[in-house]
Amino acid sequence: MSVIQTNNLTKVYDEGPIPVHAVNHVTVNIEEGEFTAVVGPSGSGKTTLLNIVGGLDRPTSGSVKVDGVELSSMNESNLIKFRLEHIGFVFQSYNLIPVLTAKENTEFIMLLQGTPEKQRTERVMKLLDEVGIVEQADKRPSEMSGGQQQRVAVARALASRPKFVLADEPTANLDSKSAENLLDLMLKLNQEENVTFIFSTHDQRVIDRARRVITLEDGKIVKDEKR
Amino acid sequence: MILKLAWRNIWRSKRRTAITLGMIIFAVVLSTLTMSIKEGMYENMIKSTAGDFSGYAQIHLKDFWTEKTLDYAFEVDEAMVKTLDVENNIDGYLPRVEGFALAAMYNITKGSAVIGVDVEKEKTYTKLDERVVEGEYLLPDDEAILIGNGLAKYLKIGVNDTLVLIGGGYQGRSAVGKYPIKGIVKFGSPELSKQLVFLPMKAASNFFATDGLVTSIILKTGSGDKGVAAAKNLQKKLGDDYEAMNWKELNPDLVNMIETDKVEGYVFMFILYLVISFGIFGTMLMMLAERKHEFGVLVAVGMKRVKLALMVWGEILILSILGSILGLICAFPVCYTFFVKPVRYGEEVAKMAEEYGIEAVIKTSLAPGIFIEQAIIVGLIASVIAIYPFLKLLKINAVNEMRS
Repeated sequence: MSVIQTNNLTKVYDEGPIPVHAVNHVTVNIEEGEFTAVVGPSGSGKTTLLNIVGGLDRPTSGSVKVDGVELSSMNESNLIKFRLEHIGFVFQSYNLIPVLTAKENTEFIMLLQGTPEKQRTERVMKLLDEVGIVEQADKRPSEMSGGQQQRVAVARALASRPKFVLADEPTANLDSKSAENLLDLMLKLNQEENVTFIFSTHDQRVIDRARRVITLEDGKIVKDEKR
Repeated sequence: MILKLAWRNIWRSKRRTAITLGMIIFAVVLSTLTMSIKEGMYENMIKSTAGDFSGYAQIHLKDFWTEKTLDYAFEVDEAMVKTLDVENNIDGYLPRVEGFALAAMYNITKGSAVIGVDVEKEKTYTKLDERVVEGEYLLPDDEAILIGNGLAKYLKIGVNDTLVLIGGGYQGRSAVGKYPIKGIVKFGSPELSKQLVFLPMKAASNFFATDGLVTSIILKTGSGDKGVAAAKNLQKKLGDDYEAMNWKELNPDLVNMIETDKVEGYVFMFILYLVISFGIFGTMLMMLAERKHEFGVLVAVGMKRVKLALMVWGEILILSILGSILGLICAFPVCYTFFVKPVRYGEEVAKMAEEYGIEAVIKTSLAPGIFIEQAIIVGLIASVIAIYPFLKLLKINAVNEMRS
C-alpha cells in the first residue's frame, strides 16, 4: 500500500535571475514499511523533496498524496494539523525544544494532539525505552550527547504514531558510534513495528542499510534501486 | 504546557530576558519618577496655596468671594454649628474675618489682606504658630499682629516695629489701627507671604467693627478631595444664602495653571512612552530574530501558529508584569528620597518659581495611584507591542524560518 505518491512533482525557485528547478517532474511511490534513502549531491533537491512530501513546502506543480490525501490543496492550518497527526520529523540538528526534558520533548507532540495524560505518560516511557534513553528522561537537551538527543528526536517523531518518518540527514552531526546506534534503532523500529522511514542523506552507512535508494540529480530521479 | 514553555523560555536566555526586563524596569522608573515629580509639584502648589492657608473648602455668605467686602460678614449661629458638626468630611472649622487695608510704615505702603483669626484653632489646622520664623505667635487677647516675611521685607520692618493699617470696616465704617508686630510668618507660597497680616479675632473685630461676625469659615479637611465632597454636601444643607466653595473654586487661577501644565505634561509623557515603546519593541525584534529557527521547528512538528503566537505573547506578558512590579519596587525608593529630601531649584529658577507663587522645591508625590498607573501603562505598552510578534508568528512559514 502506497503511503506517499507523487506525480510530476516540480518545485521551481524563481528568486534569482535564472529559475532553479529544485525538484523536476518527480514521480515516485513510497510503500508502507519502506526504509528508503534519498541520496544525491548537495543541491540535488533531496531536502526540497522531503519538505514537499512532509507538507512543509508546496510544489510549483504536480501533486503529492499522503495516505491518499492530496497535500497541495490543503490550507496552511490543515497542513499543520496533518503533519501533527500523520508525519514524524527527525532533523539534522535534532531541533529539540531546549527548555523541555527528554520526556517532555517526546510528550510535546501528544500534548498538541490532545492525548489524555495517562496515555501520554505510558507512551512516552515506552518510546524512551525503545530508543534506549529512559535514564536520560529528565535531562534537558543541553545535558545530553548528540546521539542521545537524536534518539529523543526519533522518539518525538514516533510519538504521534505517524504514517511515516522523514529524516533529513539524521546522522550528519553524529560520531560514527552514535550514527551506527541510531541506524540500528531505526532499522529495528522499521522491522519490528513496520515504521516507514525516508531519509535524505550523504552518509554511506545509511545508504548501505537502506532497502531502497532513490538518487536525485538536478531535481530529477536518476536511479531508483530496490534491494 | 504553553504557560510552562513560556515561563521556561523566559529564563532560557538570561541575557535577552535581562535586557527586556531592564528596559521595562527603566521605563517604569522613569515614567513614575516623572509623574511623581509633576504630581508632587501640583500637590505642593495646592498645599501652599489652598491647604496651608485658604483650606480645601470655605463657607461664606453668597457672593462674598466675588465682592470680597466686609458687608458680607455673618454670624456663626447654632444651626450652622450643628450642620458643620455632623459633616463627615470635615474634622472641624476655623472662623475668619477677612478684609483689606493699606499697611504703612513711614513713607512705604502696601495693600494687604488683613485676616482676623482664632489663634488657637489656627494652630490645629494651618499651623500658623509653626510658621513664625521671627518673634512670637499671637495670644487671643493680643492687640498685635503677625505679618508675612515678604511684606516685612517690602516695608523694611521687623518684630516690635509698629505698623499702621488703614482700610474700610463693616458697613462703611473706617478701619484704622496701629499695631506692634509680634511675629513674622513664612508661607510655602511666596505670594501669600507678601500680603498677609494676621490679627487675633477679637482685635480684628474691633478693627473692622464687625462685632464678632465672620466673613469665612475654613473647613478642616485632610485632602482636596474631601474638601470637594464637604463643599458639595454643605451647599445642599446650608441653602442658597451661603456659598460652600471647594479649593478649585476658591483658586481658579491655580487650577488653570495646573491644567495647562498637565497638557504640556501629557505631551512630554507621550514622547516618553514613545521612546519606551521603541526600546521594548527593539528587544522584541531581537527575540524574534534570535528564535526564528526554533519557531520554524515548532510549526514543522505540528504546533499551531496561533498556539505559538500565544506562547510568545505569554512570555512577553509575564515579562511585562514582572518588569512592572520590579520597576515599582525600584521606583519607590527613588521617589521616596525626593519626597523626604526635596531638592531646591537653582537660584535663577527659584526666583522665577517664586514669582509665580510656587515654592521652589522639587518634591515628589507618593500617591499610590501614580505608581500603579505607570506600572499598568508600561505593562500595557509592552503587551500591546507584543501584538506585533503575535501577528508575525501567525503568518510564519516553517521552512523559511528553519532555513534562517
